[in-house]
Amino acid sequence: MSTSPDPAFAGRTYPASPAHTVSVAKIAEFAAATGATSPLHTDPGAARAAGYEDVLAPPTFLVSLAQATEAQYIEDPAAGIDFSRVVHGEEAFTLHRPIVAGDVLVPTLTVEKVRAAGGHAMVTTRVDLADPEGIEVASVRSMLVVRGD
Amino acid sequence: MSTPALDLTALTVGQELARREHRLSRDTLVRYAGASGDFNPIHYNDAVATAAGLPGVIAHGMLTMGTAITGLLEEIADPGLLRSYSTRFTNPIEVPPTGEAVLEVVAVVGQIDEDARTARVDLTATVEGTAVLGRARAVIALPEQA
Repeated sequence: MSTSPDPAFAGRTYPASPAHTVSVAKIAEFAAATGATSPLHTDPGAARAAGYEDVLAPPTFLVSLAQATEAQYIEDPAAGIDFSRVVHGEEAFTLHRPIVAGDVLVPTLTVEKVRAAGGHAMVTTRVDLADPEGIEVASVRSMLVVRGD
Repeated sequence: MSTPALDLTALTVGQELARREHRLSRDTLVRYAGASGDFNPIHYNDAVATAAGLPGVIAHGMLTMGTAITGLLEEIADPGLLRSYSTRFTNPIEVPPTGEAVLEVVAVVGQIDEDARTARVDLTATVEGTAVLGRARAVIALPEQA
């Protein structure tokens, strides 16, 4: 079955997803997997000495939470995205403050753009992450290319 | 490492801040899959990758992005200074069943914003001379000048 992304999804903002707590263990695992060597990712004492409340997440750490949040759009059959044809086009992280273990983040997904370009389609999503008080902490923008036939 | 601490109050446009070689193997990919939760089989299964039209197993773009920034973060010492980081994915990195792909990254100061006290650092990331990231840019906070 050949499908193409439905442009009607552009501009849609989903209800906030469940709150997620950033964990010490996942930060350490992510830092090791990307070769991030700073002790601020793994040593709470070093992180506190540097002025942080707990260990610091690496810059791209939020990709996992962002992609889990994007799934409600990407995996929705009505969205018309054939994941076997998806290539990652662009990714951007904006951090309003550093992310540390213990942070409780509430993700909200917005589909920013859906557009056709030369037989392919490009979909851009944004996941805004706020603290439980609603203060914006970070945002993750992702552009996926859905290859045409 | 014995690298002297970088003086972030005295950066100049064009200054090289970091230069690194990162080795990516299938082991690296599997570890990243587990750490990130991205279990797309094109990153570990040759048959699936080939059926998807790829030359073979490729690295996660996000593994490349996450790895490419680490040299800069080591030089600035405090990864919490990073304010933004963005890239395009221009070419996939094919990772052989045995052995490694070598990712070369150079970080150079692209622009300094004196009012915001930030610097934009431009990263070039290549494998065997082919750019794998495009317009890879990190913005870091600079300390107030003494």
